[in-house]
Amino acid sequence: MKKLVILGAGTGGTIMANKMRKTLDRSEWDITIIDQYKTHYYQPGFLFIPFGMYKKKDVIKPKADFIPMGVNFILSKIDKVDGENNKVILEDGVVINYDFLVVSTGVRIVPEETLGMKGNLWHKNVFDFYTIEGSIALGEFFKTWKGGELVLNIADNPIKCPVAPLEFVMFADAFFVERGLRDKVNITFVTPMSGAFTKPRASKVLGNLLKEKNINVIPDFYMEKVDNKGKKIVSYDEKEVPFDCLVTIPVHMGDPLIGRSNLGDDMDFVLTDKYTLQSTKFDNIFVLGDAANIPTSKAGSVVHFAAEVVYENLMCAIEGRPTTAKFDGHSNCYIETGFGKGALIDFNYDTEPLPGSFPFPGIGPFGLLKETRMNHYGKLLFRWIYWHVLLKGKEMPIPSEMYMAGKKLN
Amino acid sequence: MATKEYAGKTVNVSEDGYFTDASQWSREVAADMAKEVNLELTETHYKVLEFIRDKYNTGGSLTIRSIGKSGIASIKEFYKLFPGAPLKKATLLAGIPKPASCI
Ligand SMILES: Cc1cc2nc3c(=O)[nH]c(=O)nc-3n(C[C@H](O)[C@H](O)[C@H](O)COP(=O)(O)OP(=O)(O)OC[C@H]3O[C@@H](n4cnc5c(N)ncnc54)[C@H](O)[C@@H]3O)c2cc1C
Repeated sequence: MKKLVILGAGTGGTIMANKMRKTLDRSEWDITIIDQYKTHYYQPGFLFIPFGMYKKKDVIKPKADFIPMGVNFILSKIDKVDGENNKVILEDGVVINYDFLVVSTGVRIVPEETLGMKGNLWHKNVFDFYTIEGSIALGEFFKTWKGGELVLNIADNPIKCPVAPLEFVMFADAFFVERGLRDKVNITFVTPMSGAFTKPRASKVLGNLLKEKNINVIPDFYMEKVDNKGKKIVSYDEKEVPFDCLVTIPVHMGDPLIGRSNLGDDMDFVLTDKYTLQSTKFDNIFVLGDAANIPTSKAGSVVHFAAEVVYENLMCAIEGRPTTAKFDGHSNCYIETGFGKGALIDFNYDTEPLPGSFPFPGIGPFGLLKETRMNHYGKLLFRWIYWHVLLKGKEMPIPSEMYMAGKKLN
Repeated sequence: MATKEYAGKTVNVSEDGYFTDASQWSREVAADMAKEVNLELTETHYKVLEFIRDKYNTGGSLTIRSIGKSGIASIKEFYKLFPGAPLKKATLLAGIPKPASCI
């Protein structure tokens, strides 16, 4: 029996398990997927929890529901990969051999990287919304908050879903308007980048949107510490921003198992060929999703597009052919802008987000880089698609490679 | 493509001043470029620049945090070495093409 092992049963790992079990002959191939947790979280839903739009039950399901028959699911923490000897070692010392390995262990937030972040205000006045615990704690806080300085801060890049912080402040604007508290809540968006977003055209459009909504932007702020006593955040060049409620996007890193396995960079992101999606160290190790150090967004839509490339190249490798698929970094994100509207961006390694319509040129129904009601429904629909289509590795009506039709260049 | 003169050498640069060919860099070129931003390069500056070039050559991702973890300078010291916009200044002086912005 040959062995395919998948590390991590999140978005990417689950998609791969489904795709590969459909293709590989059961009498020849054993497929194993390993994860430390039983519960699958729909992470994009964490954004909606602080505003009472989703509850915990809306974003969780058992992982086992999405892992197909004929795939072994091991519930265990993974200690490390021994790439020289094609072995995975679990926390309790159990060794699992593989012929091919897919690493899809994602990334995690590391508040401990920033001085004072996990101080005595953590989950009292300092929150994250990138974990279920953080988003629920923040939801509780908002229920009785009377207003003050609401500061959102990005500690460092890269982060998961780089538009989520923008969506957060726009939701917050709508939320406090609806509660009749907006004149008591001052909203400030603090970022280490030089504008609202990384890509110039989108940054301009999104920056203007923030201005319209009376949200302050403080750019070029590289966070050194949270001062719990003075209730302020401080940058390395000694700028200060006071807060009553701090919503922070902590530093992101890969799982420490990547470091222990010597597969990653200094942030434990896996060193990955950005086109073939193979580990740069071992040809029989493929990397899918947030875990990779490739220069595109860490987002579920990217995972979906990348899964098609990993699938094709893994099949090439299995059949002893040179890899044929080449990833273009395609990313496609709905952006909630509040009051029942949303925007949409579509981009890749080489092309920044442009205005236009999507997926059908000239028709849409979704508008690129502009606020429409339809885009908001697109985002809500995404949760249904995620559970019912995406995780199961089914075909979606959008090709993995980005196309220019429907996009306006100027 | 534009060219610029530094320390008597012609180098190719992009419209925002980044090198398009990292091999055209030398310590002398960097020292000359540094004058444009009123910096006098010390040995620590050079160590940072070489760390950045090494990261570029090996395809690693470059962030302020990774420089802080390099053991050459803490992030605070890095801000003192290249005041204002440290990563931008340092990558320019290191003579590498414009780093892909983190997305
Ligand atoms: C607030 C928020 C909003 C978002 N919004 C959007 C959005 O609107 N659109 C979008 O496309 N994307 C969005 N995303 C991003 C999206 O959720 C992720 O990009 C996607 O889930 C990544 O999939 P993955 O398979 O790479 O990692 P994950 O789904 O995170 O899975 C990694 C898995 O590996 C397991 N694992 C890691 N280390 C170990 C170990 N040592 N041992 C055992 N198991 C391990 C983990 O338990 C986990 O189950 C959002 C994310 C957040 C946090």
